[in-house]
Amino acid sequence: MHELSIALSIVDMATEEAERRGDAHIVAVHLKLGPLSGVVKEALLSSYQLACQGTALDGSRLLIEETVAAIYCPACQAERPLASIQWFCCSVCNTPASEVLKGRELEVVALEIQP
Amino acid sequence: MSAPTRLVEVRQNVLKKNDVAARALRQRFHDAGVYVVSLVSSPGSGKTAFLEKTLSTLLQEQVRAAALVGDLATDNDAARLARSRAPVKQIITGTVCHLEAEMVEKALQEWTLEDLDFLFIENVGNLVCPSSYDLGEDLRLVLLSVTEGEDKPLKYPTIFNTADVAVITKIDLSKAVEFDSKAAHQNIQAVRPGMQVFEVSTKTGEGLYDWLSFLRSRQTPKSHGAILLPPAIR
Repeated sequence: MHELSIALSIVDMATEEAERRGDAHIVAVHLKLGPLSGVVKEALLSSYQLACQGTALDGSRLLIEETVAAIYCPACQAERPLASIQWFCCSVCNTPASEVLKGRELEVVALEIQP
Repeated sequence: MSAPTRLVEVRQNVLKKNDVAARALRQRFHDAGVYVVSLVSSPGSGKTAFLEKTLSTLLQEQVRAAALVGDLATDNDAARLARSRAPVKQIITGTVCHLEAEMVEKALQEWTLEDLDFLFIENVGNLVCPSSYDLGEDLRLVLLSVTEGEDKPLKYPTIFNTADVAVITKIDLSKAVEFDSKAAHQNIQAVRPGMQVFEVSTKTGEGLYDWLSFLRSRQTPKSHGAILLPPAIR
């Protein structure tokens, strides 16, 4: 359960950003989350509420966009969707693939602020 | 009526702070010529026994190795590892379920990295959380004991996928627990195609020669310090 540490980092990051923008009021944080990030969406959402308490972000929402994992397929020589997180191979030709191109995202994409 | 909201782009990795600290550590390790291995596994997989054996063998061969050990509480593991006579330091994480780059940096403050050939970082026993945190290591090693079952890699694909090498431990117990080695290897390859796998028993010494040979092949040659001796253990 490291989602609370992650949520605290998000709150810190958003607070800094808000201060830089002249104490803007943050209404929502938009986050991109990959299936290979090692972070569970539901756990992060509930941790976020806790992490916000007593901060300028209290009452703000965390909006999570889940991404799709992709690998580089050496046979197709192209980016392909990952077959499954339990099976690292090309979803088109089944060739094993270890080069992950997308799916590890854990990124604050944008902040929704009330000027 | 509330004022309209505005969307401002940020695009920042949430773990940026850790990544920056890890990058600095990696540079320091590289400059000092120390090869750094981190160990991750579930609790009770034999990490500490494996590390104790690795440290004591390296020391016998005049290779300078040290270890940092992460635990939620107690310094029992550090005490066990200290029996190898290698420098060992405990990082007590409190309630934190994983090590972070800053904790490693802090723990290394009194050590001269240039005096080391190898540094091992034993993470907190946990197959989930450590996967997200880069510690600046050269090699991430994931351990799986035969008593845990062959499907562990499928249950925890992220940690296996982010590891560089897998070690199957306690193979002296394989028969007793009817461990299906073929299935274990298949599952490891499914989540991390091409990963090198070692099978070891710290009790009988089986497989340790291969592991230590691999490790020695990674040693950074230095103008000073240890002479590169061939591994003596079999």
